[in-house]
Amino acid sequence: MNTLIPARTTAVKGSATAVLKTEARLLLREPASLFWVLAFPTILLCILGAIPSNREHSDDLGGLRVVDYYVPVAILLAVIVAGLQAMPPVLTGYRERGILRRMSTTPMRPGSLIGAQIALHGAAIALSALLALAVGRLVFDVALPRQVFGYVVALALATLASLALGATISAVCRTTKITQAVGSAVFFPGMFTAGVWLPVASMPEVLQRIVTLTPLGAAAQALDEAAAGEWPSWTHLGVAALWSVLLIAAARRWFKWE
Amino acid sequence: MAIVEVSDLRKDYGDKRAVDDVSFDVEEGEIFGILGPNGAGKTTTVECVEGLRRPDGGSVRVAGYDPAVDRHSVTRILGAQLQESELQPKITVREALELYAACYPDPADWRALTERLELTEKLSTRFAKLSGGQKQRLSIALALVGRPRIVVLDELTTGLDPRARRDTWGLIKDVRDSGVTVLLVTHFMEEAQRLCDRIALIDKGRITALDTPSGLIGRTANGTAISFTPSAPLETQLLADLPSVASVTHQDGRIVVNGTDETVHAVLSLLAGRGINAHQLRVTEATLDDAYLNLTGPDA
Repeated sequence: MNTLIPARTTAVKGSATAVLKTEARLLLREPASLFWVLAFPTILLCILGAIPSNREHSDDLGGLRVVDYYVPVAILLAVIVAGLQAMPPVLTGYRERGILRRMSTTPMRPGSLIGAQIALHGAAIALSALLALAVGRLVFDVALPRQVFGYVVALALATLASLALGATISAVCRTTKITQAVGSAVFFPGMFTAGVWLPVASMPEVLQRIVTLTPLGAAAQALDEAAAGEWPSWTHLGVAALWSVLLIAAARRWFKWE
Repeated sequence: MAIVEVSDLRKDYGDKRAVDDVSFDVEEGEIFGILGPNGAGKTTTVECVEGLRRPDGGSVRVAGYDPAVDRHSVTRILGAQLQESELQPKITVREALELYAACYPDPADWRALTERLELTEKLSTRFAKLSGGQKQRLSIALALVGRPRIVVLDELTTGLDPRARRDTWGLIKDVRDSGVTVLLVTHFMEEAQRLCDRIALIDKGRITALDTPSGLIGRTANGTAISFTPSAPLETQLLADLPSVASVTHQDGRIVVNGTDETVHAVLSLLAGRGINAHQLRVTEATLDDAYLNLTGPDA
């Protein structure tokens, strides 16, 4: 059938680095991606934090303020926007325009291009998270995560699950337009399960259970636990990790190079 | 020595056989053309050579390597210019050249290439902002930047204006003269005739002829046409009886005799012998176009 042979080649030394450098430059030329992934989550945090009532301690939130709650929301927003909105159309576009195909006739591996995009979007999420944490701490006096290592693990898993889901979307969608549509369709349930609109704790119990079985829901719960100072529950970490493994396998299985 | 060996190559897309028992050798240092109508299987054939597709039957060797198995070795020595392939929309010409140069062990000086291809002024321009011709020239530069031993060019001059086309032909000849083997896919007769040392004509997935351009033209029936207006009536049968005459027709009082080189002498001596003058005498040679039409198409 009409399949492109995946290039299993050892590239010339340094060519993967050259690809990563080039793709980093190209990502810096995407103002929309930079805005929505890097800037928007923290801007949203600032807008919400500027409302005085959001800075008052509330008994409904267990003595916390709304702004405390919004730091993890901002971070999850960056995770989801990068993974489901920003990255998938880029990957599909690279296939649709024949860029991967062109690259596979050189000693470069087209996989290094995909790998570079995933790594760069992951890095953008990390930067965005640091920015939200720093602004939260310095401007709104939001406590930093108490279980730092657990927080890093949970954030890494959330990022991995979101990017893997995005890669899978790009694998199964033929065109950039379809990819954008599917990305947006998955974006809203993603935001919901991550508790961006409604805290998971205030959902009915059955819904809570379902949500913690989804990749982003489980990762968000793990993140909350680490922020509160506990080591995240192994169930949540395990669910997020399992989803990541499955989605990565699916993306690898279905991703076509042409 | 053959640098590309294709034997009994077969490729199917579903039920459709795109390439059917195609065999040819490309000698090191020649420009080998693959000519044929759209959908004849030209691109599929070279994609098997480039390693982009795995043949369903037969074998392909590039400098002794099987491109479907030993991609690594083939990509280092083969440069490809693909039909309709793009680059990242926001990559600049310079970045693309630097990136592609970085992936080869011994790249060419891309500045010299851009000068030759008149891209020097476009080095900071993003790919999406280039014109069709500029994209095409960049694509040729990228195919050559790795200093390949063999370069595969698919629809080389599509989208180029006539001057850029001629310049590109000059470049390809220079590339060949520097020792690089060129495998050229085209449907432009003029391009094939001017550039190629040998041409394989492909039609419906099969090679219908493989020869030098002049060899192909020579095979054409009715290769030479002699047309004139006789000063006195002339019996058609006399002309038709001449050696190697294929046909005699009348067009608006003019006589058109189709045949070969020999026919020209025969017709002229017949006329001289009878004291008939040939007014407005025209002798036209068949072109690769005629050869092509003769060797491809529904009745080929």
